[in-house]
Amino acid sequence: MSEQLSSEAVAHIARLARLEITAEESATYAGQLSAILEHVEAVRRLDTAGVPPTSHALELRNVLRADEPRPCLERDEVLSGAPRAEDGRFLVPRILGEEP
Amino acid sequence: MSGSGTPAGAPARAGEAGVEGYEIVVGLEVHCELATATKLFCGCTNAFGAVSNTHVCPVCLGLPGSLPVLNRRAVELAIRIGRALHCEVRPSTFHRKNYFYPDMPKDYQISQYDEPINVDGYLELPGGLRVGIERAHIEEDTGKTTHVGGGGRIHDADYSLVDYNRAGVPLVEIVSRPDVRGAEQARAYVSELRAVLVASGASDGRMEEGSLRVDANVSVRPLGSDVLGTRCEVKNLNSLRSLGRAIEHEAARQVALVESGGRVVQETRHWNEAEGRTSSMRSKEEANDYRYFSEPDLVPLVPDADLVERATAGMPLMPAARRKRVAALVGDALGGEAGASDQVATVVDLGLDDLVVAAVGLGADPSLALRRAANEAAQRPEEARRLDATAFADLLGLEVTGKLSSTQAKTVLAELLEHGGEPEEIARRLGYEALSSDELAGVVDDVIAAHPAEWERFLGGESKVAQLLTGQVMKATKGRANGRTVAEALDARRG
Amino acid sequence: MTPPVGGATEIAARVRAGELSAASVLDEALAAIEARDRELHCFNSLMGERARERATEIDRMVGAGQDPGSLAGVPVALKDNICTRAAPTTCSSRILEGWTPPYDATVVRRLAAAGALLVGKTNLDEFAMGSSTENSATGPTRNPWDTSRVPGGSSGGSAAAVAAGMVPVALGSDTGGSIRQPAALCGVVGVKPTYGVVSRYGLVAFASSLDQIGPFALTVADAAAVLEAIAGHDEMDSTSLERAAPRCSEVLDDGADGLRVGVVSDFLADASPDCASAVRSAAEVLAAAGAKVDDVALPELLHGLSAYYLIAPAEASSNLARYDGVRYGLRVDAPDVETMNARTRAAGFGAEVKRRVMLGTYVLSAGYYDAYYAQAQRVRTIVARAFARAYGHFDVLLAPTTPSVAFAFGAKTDDPLEMYLADLFTIPTNLAGHPAMSVPFALGEAGLPVGVQVLAPALGEREMFRAAAVVEAGAPPGVRGPVGTRSAR
Ligand SMILES: [Mg+2]
Ligand SMILES: [Zn+2]
Repeated sequence: MSEQLSSEAVAHIARLARLEITAEESATYAGQLSAILEHVEAVRRLDTAGVPPTSHALELRNVLRADEPRPCLERDEVLSGAPRAEDGRFLVPRILGEEP
Repeated sequence: MSGSGTPAGAPARAGEAGVEGYEIVVGLEVHCELATATKLFCGCTNAFGAVSNTHVCPVCLGLPGSLPVLNRRAVELAIRIGRALHCEVRPSTFHRKNYFYPDMPKDYQISQYDEPINVDGYLELPGGLRVGIERAHIEEDTGKTTHVGGGGRIHDADYSLVDYNRAGVPLVEIVSRPDVRGAEQARAYVSELRAVLVASGASDGRMEEGSLRVDANVSVRPLGSDVLGTRCEVKNLNSLRSLGRAIEHEAARQVALVESGGRVVQETRHWNEAEGRTSSMRSKEEANDYRYFSEPDLVPLVPDADLVERATAGMPLMPAARRKRVAALVGDALGGEAGASDQVATVVDLGLDDLVVAAVGLGADPSLALRRAANEAAQRPEEARRLDATAFADLLGLEVTGKLSSTQAKTVLAELLEHGGEPEEIARRLGYEALSSDELAGVVDDVIAAHPAEWERFLGGESKVAQLLTGQVMKATKGRANGRTVAEALDARRG
Repeated sequence: MTPPVGGATEIAARVRAGELSAASVLDEALAAIEARDRELHCFNSLMGERARERATEIDRMVGAGQDPGSLAGVPVALKDNICTRAAPTTCSSRILEGWTPPYDATVVRRLAAAGALLVGKTNLDEFAMGSSTENSATGPTRNPWDTSRVPGGSSGGSAAAVAAGMVPVALGSDTGGSIRQPAALCGVVGVKPTYGVVSRYGLVAFASSLDQIGPFALTVADAAAVLEAIAGHDEMDSTSLERAAPRCSEVLDDGADGLRVGVVSDFLADASPDCASAVRSAAEVLAAAGAKVDDVALPELLHGLSAYYLIAPAEASSNLARYDGVRYGLRVDAPDVETMNARTRAAGFGAEVKRRVMLGTYVLSAGYYDAYYAQAQRVRTIVARAFARAYGHFDVLLAPTTPSVAFAFGAKTDDPLEMYLADLFTIPTNLAGHPAMSVPFALGEAGLPVGVQVLAPALGEREMFRAAAVVEAGAPPGVRGPVGTRSAR
């Protein structure tokens, strides 16, 4: 039996994922995510002792670029998509949290 | 672990205000910006102080669809740092460190996590203390946020403005083991590390421009205890002075807390230079969960022999090795002479060690070469670094053979530093013709004649009087006489 | 309805020979789009003006005796998660509404350099997350075979646009089957190349270790021509392979003599009868052409689905973090930046995207990483080893592309798991980084197209195309060409 996600756990995940969700949505996600986790339970219990993980399908190594400058974007291109900008910079509302 | 050595057991500042009976334990995390032409994962110029958002492209702006490609030079510099810090340079991978922050374009930082490129090294400080290096890994820098309104303080600000010019600049984060004891050693560690980073060509070492950024993990424990106390990470240390002050204040805070029956809480604290204290940074208590996972857009980095060789080609000796080299030259001559290791540190610090080594190679007296370099030449380091080693060796020779007195030699050296030239010619120009033995004999005779009582005592075996007589000869010759020659002349007359 | 000008290779040959003007080809394509797109909704945006300039330029070049390239005058549609300067790139998401990238994807530059005419951006499941193109902020795309049914997804717009004869070829992206599955459901050819053969630079990331761009076409030959134009090393993508594009066009007439073909028997049991029997018939076609055909049991591949639904959301949760309202796209205002981020993402993402971001965040979070994510990466190894075992004996594998023909709108939207099963047969290929393609081979239930999937080991594109060409040639009449023109062929 896999873990049943609580609404509190879902709320915590939503905070980590920076998604504002309502209590109602939280309950819906709890059900849906639990169902998906239930489905993958068989895989979770597969015996994988001694099997190395694969994070890349490729065997590539040491892909490196020469330290040579390339053209940057024009500043108006950089800021062209900005929801708000001021003084050539991106404007964001007050920051409450600290940078880790 | 290789080479971390044991830190000097004695508490560095046993007398430090407010921490009597405690030992201050410090681990340091130093972020070093690499002196590359371009950023870590894109071709944008790695520049300081440019107009905001002008050194930005789709990659470092984290635009959808953009992909990182690793800068070869950044890897080479990271390997140089690893080698300079005696680390094992090993196969490594990149991970994503996930957290939201507006100055981070992708809302994750590409960094090295459980497989960093450099592990298990050490940094040897001038006093001989070895501080263990746990790891030195590659990661990307974030952008810069400016807080507008509310006096520029983050939480009181009306809003903030973000410039991504620094986003993606290559960093190496160097994490020490908790081998540092107190503020003094912490400063020594950072200044030695800075010297190593500059010497290896990895960084310009400018702390004031943020090229080096230091965080200190500080804890305290009762003297004699070998259990680590709970640590706090102190941030915003922008100078060696801040570093020292912050450690002292943070340690005192922790001791006061413990003494009053409290408990240190592991947290990140902000150093306020103006107020001279640290304060808790967490606005709301939420544990970080960075959800690290292997960066799928980059492939593993395996520093094979070829890569390491290319990276370290032409790498100069590091300060500790240079100190050893000079110390070895003067070793026997100096024995335990007071101040010798300071002199060695000074010439290495100022880059005058090559001059000393070259002069000794040309036959100069090692001890005198070190002394003149550390004391006199060091007054004008820039000129001294350009000084011709042969001229320096010649000058030292004139002094040793008594052709110049030490006072004269110093004057000639000053002249040499300012205008260059041949020491002998300068000496001649300054009228420092060595005394002829006839002239010296005359002066010695005059002095004996003028001090009959002292001469008698000298003849009676009271050798202390020799100094007085020699001094008189020096005075009469305006310092042109050589002390040793005078002593010989006096002895000869005693019969 | 009048059939459009024909396939890509035919158009390019005639344009290069000066027999056909690129401008007229473009006009026909735009007219076909104009005629059908209101009903089908294949396109999010068009780039007609820019394409017309290009067409004029190409005709001028031909007139001047210059060669405009291998895809001269060929209209191409691009999935709307491929970055273009000339048109917005929305990923069919509200969060990127109106965002126009300041750069072109590498494939866009290569297509342009080959003389192709980029006509528009096609609809998809938001951020390529889905198998029906129903999860689109711009509304669903309809299957040209039966407009009450889905075209498959996530590249449903590209598949339907080719099937409807609006464009002869299109690009899609395939993370777990997003090219092959809609290709099968719309009755066109769809190719997922080996991971690293086509540059991902400019493809908006869904799951970076699985994503790969590939072509849709009416014929295997056209698909090969497009793949050759877009493949090859790109220094902007660290995962791009340093080798020349696979020359697949050369092997299309080589036949199947001596080719060793394995039929993935485990998949047949999970497929509907029409999909399973199409695979058996295709195997017979290959055998008749001289291939050595045998069944191969690869039960491990069926674990791929679960591993995929841990790995892909994990990578997606990180890839989609950047849509935070700071630099581009939607912003929902709030008094502080944290709330602004959270509200923007709540308003900008659709339900399926949120679900996967949540799932991915969970499986990477402290305490769960080993049980889910790390375990999934080990299963990925198991899947790759199973393939390696098979390719010790076979040059290519044959399997159904999908468990069934195109399903009705809403049939699987209530249960995410039900929808995920649509990719059961395509996902293992992505986990292993191998190439695979879907070839329309039969008409199944309700007269709807059925695709057969040809799989090959890494960089086995030439063998894959060789087999695909034989399968295509052996398909019963009425399976090829744009919808509505098939009986005529
Ligand atoms: Mg770091
Ligand atoms: Zn850049």
